[in-house]
Parts: sequence; C-alpha cells; structure tokens
Amino acid sequence: MTDPKNPYLPEVATILETVQETHNIKTFRVRFDDEAKMAAFKFEPGQVGQLSAPGIGESTFVINSPPTRMDYLQFSVMRAGEVTTMLHGLNAGDKVGVRAPLGNAFPYEAMKGKDIVFVGGGIGMAPLRTLFLYMLDNRADYGKIRLLYGARSPLDMAFSAELPEWLSRKDVETTLTIDREAEGWEHRVGLIPNVLLEMAPAAKNCVAITCGPPIMIKFTLEALKKLGFEDEQIVTTLEKRMKCGIGICGRCNIGSSYVCVDGPVYTYAQLKALPNEL
Amino acid sequence: MAAVKFIASEKLPEWIKALAGTRRVLVPVEEGGGVVFRPYDPARKPVFGSDATAPPKAAVFPASQELFSYAYGKDAEDPGKTTLALTPKVEAEPTVVFGAKPCGARGFLIFDPVYVGKKFPDPYYIAAREATAFVTMACAAVENTCFCHWVGSGPADTAGSDVLLTPVAGGYLAEAVSDKGAALLEGPYFADGAAKVQEAEDVKAASRAALGEAPDIADAPAALLAAFDDMDFWRDQSDKCISCGACTYLCPTCYCFSITDEGVGNTGRRLRSWDACMHFQFTLEASGHNPRPTKAHRLKNRVGHKFSYYPTLHEGLIACCGCGRCVKSCPVSVDIREIVQNAVARAKG
Repeated sequence: MTDPKNPYLPEVATILETVQETHNIKTFRVRFDDEAKMAAFKFEPGQVGQLSAPGIGESTFVINSPPTRMDYLQFSVMRAGEVTTMLHGLNAGDKVGVRAPLGNAFPYEAMKGKDIVFVGGGIGMAPLRTLFLYMLDNRADYGKIRLLYGARSPLDMAFSAELPEWLSRKDVETTLTIDREAEGWEHRVGLIPNVLLEMAPAAKNCVAITCGPPIMIKFTLEALKKLGFEDEQIVTTLEKRMKCGIGICGRCNIGSSYVCVDGPVYTYAQLKALPNEL
Repeated sequence: MAAVKFIASEKLPEWIKALAGTRRVLVPVEEGGGVVFRPYDPARKPVFGSDATAPPKAAVFPASQELFSYAYGKDAEDPGKTTLALTPKVEAEPTVVFGAKPCGARGFLIFDPVYVGKKFPDPYYIAAREATAFVTMACAAVENTCFCHWVGSGPADTAGSDVLLTPVAGGYLAEAVSDKGAALLEGPYFADGAAKVQEAEDVKAASRAALGEAPDIADAPAALLAAFDDMDFWRDQSDKCISCGACTYLCPTCYCFSITDEGVGNTGRRLRSWDACMHFQFTLEASGHNPRPTKAHRLKNRVGHKFSYYPTLHEGLIACCGCGRCVKSCPVSVDIREIVQNAVARAKG
C-alpha cells in the first residue's frame, strides 16, 4: 500500500508462504498486517511494488498474482544482486515492507474482445502471469488465448506447480519450450522466437504481450513483425534500476519517460518513439 | 509585502543574530578552502561578496536524511512471531538561508514540480521547503562562469527568494518578495529604503549588462534529442570527463537520490542520500546490464535532462539556474554551456 501521505513508507506485511521456483527464483506470498488495508488494496495487472526487508534494502518487482485473487500478493524474486540475495533468505512468518501499487498497467481493457498471445522467457513470465491469470478469471472477455513460455531448461522453469493446470485447460493453448533437449521433457525444444514462428499466431485482432531477457525480446520482436504484428499490437514491460518508484529519484528515465510511473508497460510503438536507451 | 527597506552594513550582523535567536540561520562561511552554508556563528564572518562554492541545497534537501527507522521485535502474545515497526521521521527546522545568490534559491523552483507532484507529494521535501525562507543577495559583480541569463534568470532574480538584498552605498536595499520575507524585515535594524531604490536598480542593471547577450538556445530540447544516437558527438563532449560527480553535488538543481538501509542487529533506518548520474553504478542493474554504460551516455543524460527532458515535462522550465558551479568546479573544465551550444549548432548542420 502506498501511503498517500508518505510514499516512501512501506506497509508492513508478513510472508505467508514461499515457493522455491528454481535454483535462483523464489516466490513470496505476502499479506499486509493491517487487514483493513489489505481489504482496501486495489491494483491493476502489470503494476509493480517495492518489496523490502528493512535493513536489507528495497527492490522493484511486479505483483505477479492477479487482482482477481486477493488472498495474497505474490512476488517472484530472481537472485541477481545484493538485495535479492538477502531476500532469498526470508521465509514464511518473516516481515517485509511493501510499497504498491506503482507504475502503469497492461492495457487489459483495450485488449477485450481480442485474441491474445503471451510470449514469456525465464523470469519474464512473472509479469505475464498476472495478466494471464486475470484473463483466465475473466475468460469471456477475451478471444483465443495462447501462452508460449520458455526457459533454458526444465529446472529453470518457474511456476512449475501451476503448469499442469495451464496445460490441461481447454480454454487456453499453452506451449512450453526449453533451449536444449532434456531427459523426460515432453514439450517443445527450441528458442522462443523460433517456436513462436512455428506456432504462427494470426496477427489479425490479436495482441502480443512479451517479456524476457533482452536477447529474447529482440528476436521475439523480429518474429512478431514477420508474423504481421503492427508495433501497436505488441506490448512489453521493462525493468530498470529503480529507487523511489514514484518518478523523482532520476535513474529509470528513458529521455523524458520515467519507467517507474510512465511504464513499466509500453507498446512497441511507444518504445520506438522514445530515445534509444534500453 | 511591498516593503522596501534599507539596512546599514553595520546593522546586518545584528539582524542576522536576531533571526538566529528563533530559528536556524545558514550563512556562507569559509571552510576547507571553499565557502559553504553553515549555521550562523557570531565568531565566523559570513562571506557575502562572491557566490558560495556549494549552494544552499542541503538546507532543504540534506545530503543524507532519514526516511524512517525500523525495529524488529518479538510478538508479546506469541514469541514465535516477529514484529516490525516503522517510524517515519518527517520534521523540519524553521530555517533562513541568508546571503545566497538568487540562483541558489532559484534551484528549488526546479525541485518543486517534481517533489510537490500531484500523485506522490514528497512529505520530507515539502516540510523542509515550507520551513525555509531565502534572503538572497543580488550580484553586484558577475563571474565569467555565470550564465543565469541563459536560463530565464538574472543577477537580481527574485524567483525563489523571500527577501532580495541589493548592495548599495553603506548597506543593502531589502525588498520583500513574499509574505514570508516581509515578516523577516521587522526590527530596529531597518530604515526606509525608498531613497535607495534607484541606486539598487542601477546595481542590478550593471550586473545584468556585464553578463552580455545570451545565445539563443530555444532549440536545445529538440537539438539534444536529435543528437541522442550520435555517440561520436557525445564521446567528443565527454572526453575530458572523469565521472567524479562534482558537477552534480554542487548543482542547485540536481535532485537525484539513492535509498539505502543501514542497521545493526534488529534496528536501523532507511536513508535517502544525494546520488550522481555521472557514476557508473547509478543505473547499473543487478544483471550486469547498464543502460548508460559509458561517461558519454551519462553526460548525455545529465545535459539532456536539464535542457531537454525536464523542460519538455515542465512547461519549458530549464532545469539549470546558470550558477556556473559545474563549470567553475569541474577538475577538467567540462563546460555545460559549450555542450548545449554544440548540440544546437550540430542540429543546425
């Protein structure tokens, strides 16, 4: 909860449970200690929060649970730097601070009635998960929904516990892929952009939402262009080093656009209009 | 508010002393080979002639300040559970910044639209801003690093000041600029200033004339954007830069900060501290990726922010007060005026 009087003051929350998704991704499910604030908390899919453990520090993560499921707020943290390494030491019962919601959201209203194709790579699946689950919970509002989710190997795939359900649902088409053959793997093998080209989703009345490592994004954009997607039909969400999360501290800007308030969600058309500084 | 008074030079210390009796008064004094703003001390002689080495930025925006303290504990009802208490520290001491040049006060006009924003107003900044008044001193002389007239300001700019003092024979003409300022012009130290108004106007006009004509930089916002991908241009501009960050720390308008925690055991605090976009670490991501990996990228962002991105977001206001500290204190003579002019010239072809 972002305190309207003091946007730097986190709301104290408790970790209800954690999931060790992969060797370096850990999921935290948290609730604000103040139940009234938890009940009043509103956010939109794609918005982020600043998750912190006072004494350790603060970092920005997408709220990857959907606003349709408010038992807890979920953050999935990839161990990469000092703060995330320390956060990985936290477990159920530990206290954290949360400043949320921050930033903009996916244009989920404008996507109503359209076909949707999600293309997620690695931890880039986290922000897509929010919108994917939101759409499943409002299934009638959207057309055909396809999810392409890739990781280096089966062991690098987060949200494994949920994948069987996603795969078995008849109202979505879920495709999983890994970079190289692995024993026991029953799904696709191949780089995400190549698998996407084979899937060949029709661009007409469709929106592609993609997130992943920069190299994957680069070739996924190329693949989507080949498939006939216009720049306005491609949506992505960015990450930058952030501190304040409220457009002041001055490090996440791309020209005059502040990723923490004007983003993190941009269409490819919007990104192209910004200075080239990703 | 329209008070125009005269204070004789020998009365000035009495006035400052009286002000300091009920609030913090920061004055420019010599320290460590420079001139910096420090709490008034009768034993230290203020330096009013030339501009201070460092601006009075810290009066409102401390170099490091506590956002809140934290304490982990044990739940008294259930010792198997931990607790976490966060205590914010939003407080501001009534302060008068005395004897800054007008540019030093104007710097906060650049902070205001960002920190007093509509969506996320910054309570720490707002409290300090409201508690602080600026008694500035119009420049009787200008330096060759001064360029306030490029950015819509001037040596007697009242924007951001509460009282403007102008040096005249035997003392200072004191003009209240705001109600806050008018309230400071009380006491037995003042005489009527009407007879000195013309002399003060002449001093202001002479300083303004000494600055000469300002070049036309109206095209700078577009010119800097147009140069964005021309990294050869930016490498040329930044060749000398040693990424020390002196320009940002001494800048009255540089408002970027970092947030860090410091603690021992179960207690500690979260701090916000000045940060500098000239440093490699400023935008370095945990993955190792850095969107501004070289000093050329970083200098581009600093100049671009001040003369293009910020004005685009804030009705043309240039995020520079033209004080020239970044020029004067740069160890390798990087000159932001040259960079802006070079970008404008580049765009003209």
